[in-house]
Amino acid sequence: MSPMAYWHCFLGILTRELQRFLQQRTRFLSSLIRPMLWLVVFAAGFRAALGIAIIPPYETYITYEVYIVPGLIGIIILFNGMQSSLSMVYDREMGSMRVLLTSPLPRWWLLLCKLLSGAIVSLFQVYAFLLLARLLEVEPPALGYLTVLPATVLGALMLGALGLLLASIVKQLENFAGVMNFVVFPLFFLSSALYPLWKMREANEWLYWICAINPFTHAVELIRFALYAQLDSQALIVTAATAVALIVAAVLGFDPSRGILKRTGGKPGGN
Amino acid sequence: MTAAIDLCNIVHRYGPRIALNDVSFRLDEGEFLALLGPNGAGKTTIFSLLTRLLRPDQGEITIFGANLRKEPGRALAKMGVVFQQPTLDLDLTISQNLAYHGAIQGLHPKIVAGHAERELTRFGLWERRNERVRALNGGHRRRVEIARALLHEPSLLLLDEASAGLDLESRTALYQHVRSLCDERGLAVLWTTHLVEELSSSDRAVLLQQGAIKDQGVLSELVARHDVHDTNALVLGLLGGQA
Repeated sequence: MSPMAYWHCFLGILTRELQRFLQQRTRFLSSLIRPMLWLVVFAAGFRAALGIAIIPPYETYITYEVYIVPGLIGIIILFNGMQSSLSMVYDREMGSMRVLLTSPLPRWWLLLCKLLSGAIVSLFQVYAFLLLARLLEVEPPALGYLTVLPATVLGALMLGALGLLLASIVKQLENFAGVMNFVVFPLFFLSSALYPLWKMREANEWLYWICAINPFTHAVELIRFALYAQLDSQALIVTAATAVALIVAAVLGFDPSRGILKRTGGKPGGN
Repeated sequence: MTAAIDLCNIVHRYGPRIALNDVSFRLDEGEFLALLGPNGAGKTTIFSLLTRLLRPDQGEITIFGANLRKEPGRALAKMGVVFQQPTLDLDLTISQNLAYHGAIQGLHPKIVAGHAERELTRFGLWERRNERVRALNGGHRRRVEIARALLHEPSLLLLDEASAGLDLESRTALYQHVRSLCDERGLAVLWTTHLVEELSSSDRAVLLQQGAIKDQGVLSELVARHDVHDTNALVLGLLGGQA
């Protein structure tokens, strides 16, 4: 297969993801309503109760709304990653996953294309959210809008790969909904998305450590620093390493000799 | 003659259950072969092994000389696949479904567009190319799936119970069309079914039951060899009338 074949394959998968995304307008709206509710309602209540000290990357005292925006970008890409994987479980139940896996291109490439496409779809949601947040006076520097792009893509790849791994483990759509509750909410609440880690440490030392090792915390911190045109090297290393590990695990999960395909023959109840 | 499929001593297990036990058969270039057996005989397992959704526990599969385990890309590029379960994206149009399939085969969009026009015209669906698949009936959806499977000009077409859920007229039309592909294009076809009525007595078939091959050959010759009066009696004798 020539390099152009790989490129055409990526474009095809991306086009399909975009076509599905554009058809599901409610998905786009709900992806914006969720963080906007947090930003407008939740943050308004917390602003009074929670003081934010001057912590990097911020150079002055900030409002809670400013603090929470990177965490809400995190939740957009987290939900999008899970939704994309949900569609893979759906695809598998509907059989279209098998069509993808019978492509002559390597399976790791097909899954990577799927992940990258999901990450690119996330970008539309993230930038629409940043635009709305700007109306609420959350105004990062202009350069930040550019530097947040690779950080968001990396975070989306990591979370998409987690979803992909879950999709390779979970057999049916109904089970996946349960996994969402056990994975999405703990990842989100046990992170620095809503509260700074030092606040968490003040409250509870072991909760702080759970938050500190949560890869989602590092993805959020990578986005937070990038949004202010800065780099958090530790967050970059942890997010990138976790993304690679999860992608490898997900690819193994879709290997014909192990994972879901071994157990079901590529379809529920295959004989 | 080159073997389109060379399945050699295949053993496959699901946990402790043996799904296929020492299964071997060969399909030559341009030949039509029916894989006939009741539900649970192992037809879909063979299909999953051929399409690399599963890996055999023992044995080797070769597609046009390419070992499926060692050169999966080369082997898969040779085959077009129609699964038993519908696999089209119902919310996309016929053209979008075909464009997606062409892309995951690594084809340039312009080449895909040309091939899509040719295949859809052949199936009488070109005028409906911008309709969503959801709007099509079962027979037309099957035609789109076959058109899609032929898009990248494979030399081997695999159809897993492709006629399932279709009425008699659509089943006959589908069978005749696939048969004509063998004659006109020299396409090798593996057609799995549990309905012997769909087949012609001149077709070569592999009779499968409980993961093992009971017999294989041209149906009319099998009828003579087993001294029965027709294919239904053959199936009744060899497969217990389940197919």
